[in-house]
Amino acid sequence: MNRAVIPTLLALMAVLFVVSLLTGPAGFGPGESIRALISGQGDAVTLVMREIRLPRAILAVLVGVSLGIAGAALQGYLRNPLAEPGLIGVSGSAALGAVIALQTGIAASFALALPLAALAGALAATLLILLLAGPHGGSMTLILAGIAISTLASAMLSLVLNLSPNPFAVSETVFWMLGSLADRSFTHVWIALPFMAVGWGLLLSLGRSLDALTLGEDAAASLGIRLERARLSLVLGVAAAVGAATAVAGAVGFVGLVVPHILRPFVGARPSRLLPASALGGAALVLAADIATRLILPERDLKLGVLMAIVGAPLFLHLIYKTRAQSS
Amino acid sequence: MTNLRLQALTVRRGECPVVDAATLTVEAGEVVGLIGPNGAGKTTLMRGALGLLPHSGQCSLTDMPVRDRARHVAWLPQAREIAWPVSVETLVTLGRVPHLAAGACITDADREAVAAALHTMDLTAFRDRAATDLSGGEQARVLIARALAQATPLILADEPVAGLDPGHQIATMRAFRRLARTGTSTLVSLHDLGLAARHCDRLILMDRGRIIADGAPESVLTTDNLHGTFGISAHLASGPNGLIFQPLEVVR
Repeated sequence: MNRAVIPTLLALMAVLFVVSLLTGPAGFGPGESIRALISGQGDAVTLVMREIRLPRAILAVLVGVSLGIAGAALQGYLRNPLAEPGLIGVSGSAALGAVIALQTGIAASFALALPLAALAGALAATLLILLLAGPHGGSMTLILAGIAISTLASAMLSLVLNLSPNPFAVSETVFWMLGSLADRSFTHVWIALPFMAVGWGLLLSLGRSLDALTLGEDAAASLGIRLERARLSLVLGVAAAVGAATAVAGAVGFVGLVVPHILRPFVGARPSRLLPASALGGAALVLAADIATRLILPERDLKLGVLMAIVGAPLFLHLIYKTRAQSS
Repeated sequence: MTNLRLQALTVRRGECPVVDAATLTVEAGEVVGLIGPNGAGKTTLMRGALGLLPHSGQCSLTDMPVRDRARHVAWLPQAREIAWPVSVETLVTLGRVPHLAAGACITDADREAVAAALHTMDLTAFRDRAATDLSGGEQARVLIARALAQATPLILADEPVAGLDPGHQIATMRAFRRLARTGTSTLVSLHDLGLAARHCDRLILMDRGRIIADGAPESVLTTDNLHGTFGISAHLASGPNGLIFQPLEVVR
C-alpha cells in the first residue's frame, strides 16, 4: 500500500487537472478544448483554454502543493497534528498586505500590485517571527509568536475595513479574502512560482530532521540534527510557499490541516514520506474543490475558500471522530 | 581509552549551579551507574555533557563536531517521546541517522544494525507494529533499541529501566554489559540501587549538584553515603554472582 501512494496521488492529480481544464461556463466539447489547447489557432477556444483555464488549473496545483507540504512540515516539526500553515501568521499578514493594497487603491494601479503587496505582508511577518522566535527559541516560542502575529494581522485588517471610506472597496476586500482561483492569469503563475519553488525545496530538505524529531527535540539533537537550522528552513519555507499561495489565491484554509491528516496512515506516519504525499494530495484537493465551485453554482462565483471550509470542517470532524473511536 | 571526560562541568539555572564542577571519566568497556536522590542533577549533568544545555568547564563530547558527536554518543532521554504511530522498525532505524550521508538511503549494514538492536531488546516480533500501540514498557525497549542501533562507543541513558518489568530491567542492564565486552561504555542513571549495585562496574553518587563519591559499588554504597544522601539504611551483601542491595528504612 505504501509504495502505491505517490503514483496513485499523481494519477489522481493528473485526472483532476484535465477535468479542471475541461470545466467552465464556455461550454466547449472536451475534444475541441484539448485540440485548441495543444495546437492553438488563435480563436476564442484557444484563448479561453490557454489564458483562462490553463493558468487556473496550474495555480490550483501550485497552491495545493504549497499548502499541503507546508501543513505536513509544520505538523512534523511541532509534532502536533493540529498545526496548519496559517499558524506562523504568514497567511494572515499576506492577507493584510493585500487588503491594504485594495483599500488604498494601489491594487488597481497595476496588475501585480495586489500579489506583490501580499508578498510584502508575508515578508514582514517572516522577519517578525524570526526576530521573536529567534535562533534559540523552541517550538512553543514559534507557536506563540505565530499566534501573536496572526492576531495582530487580523486586528490591523479589521481596522483597515473599519476605517474604509468606500463600501465598494470593503466588499471587494471581503470577497478577495474568501479565496478564489477565478480570473487568474499566467502573470500570477510567474509571480508565485519562484517563491513557491524555493519554499518547496526548503521544506523537502527537512525530511530527515522531521523523522528524527519523532523522538523529541533532545533525541533529534543528539542524532546530529541541527535544530536551529531546521527551524530556519521551516519558517522560510512555509513563509515563501504559503505567502505566495495567499498572494495569488487569497485565504484558502483546511488544505494544510486536513491533507496531512488524511494521508498520514498511508505513508506509515513517517514525516519525511508525508511531505511529498501531502504536496500531491493538496494539489488534488484544491483542483477538486476548484472544479466543484464551477459545477455547483456556475453563475454565482462560489469562492474556493468558502467551499473548502464547508467541505473541510465536517471532514475534519469525521476524522476526529474516527481517531477517537480507534483510540478508545 | 576514555570515552567520556568531564572536567569541572558546571550547569547553572539562573545564578544557582544545578551541576557544580563535576569531574568524571568513563573508560571504554565500563558500565557506570549515576545515582543520587531526586533533583541531585543526574539528568542535567548528562544533558550538559551532551551540549544540550549551556555549561562551563570542559567536556570531551562538546569539543567534537555535531556529526562526529552523534556517531560517538547515543542519548536515551528520560521522556519517552514517540510523536507519530511509525512502525517499530522505522523508529529503531532513526538510530542510523548519524551514519547516513546527506540524501543517502539506508544500506545493508544499517539494516543489520537495526535487526541486531531489535533482537537484543527482544522486539523482533514487534517490528511491523505501530510503536505508539505498544505498552509503556515495550515503548521503552523500542527506544533503547533505537539507541543501540546508533552503534556508538558511548551510551548515555537516563532512567532507561524505569517502568520496565524485572525481567526486562535485568535484560536491559545485561545488554549494556554485553556491549561493554566489545568496548562500548554506558553511563546510566538509575534509581534502583539494587540494579546499580549488581550490574554496574562503578557508581557515581551525586547530591545537590555535586559528585559525592565515585568508585566500586561497595565503596560508594556505604552506610554514611546512603544516610547522608538518600536518608536510608540498607543491607549490602555479596551474593553468588554480584552484590545484593536491599533498602531497609528511612533514617531521617
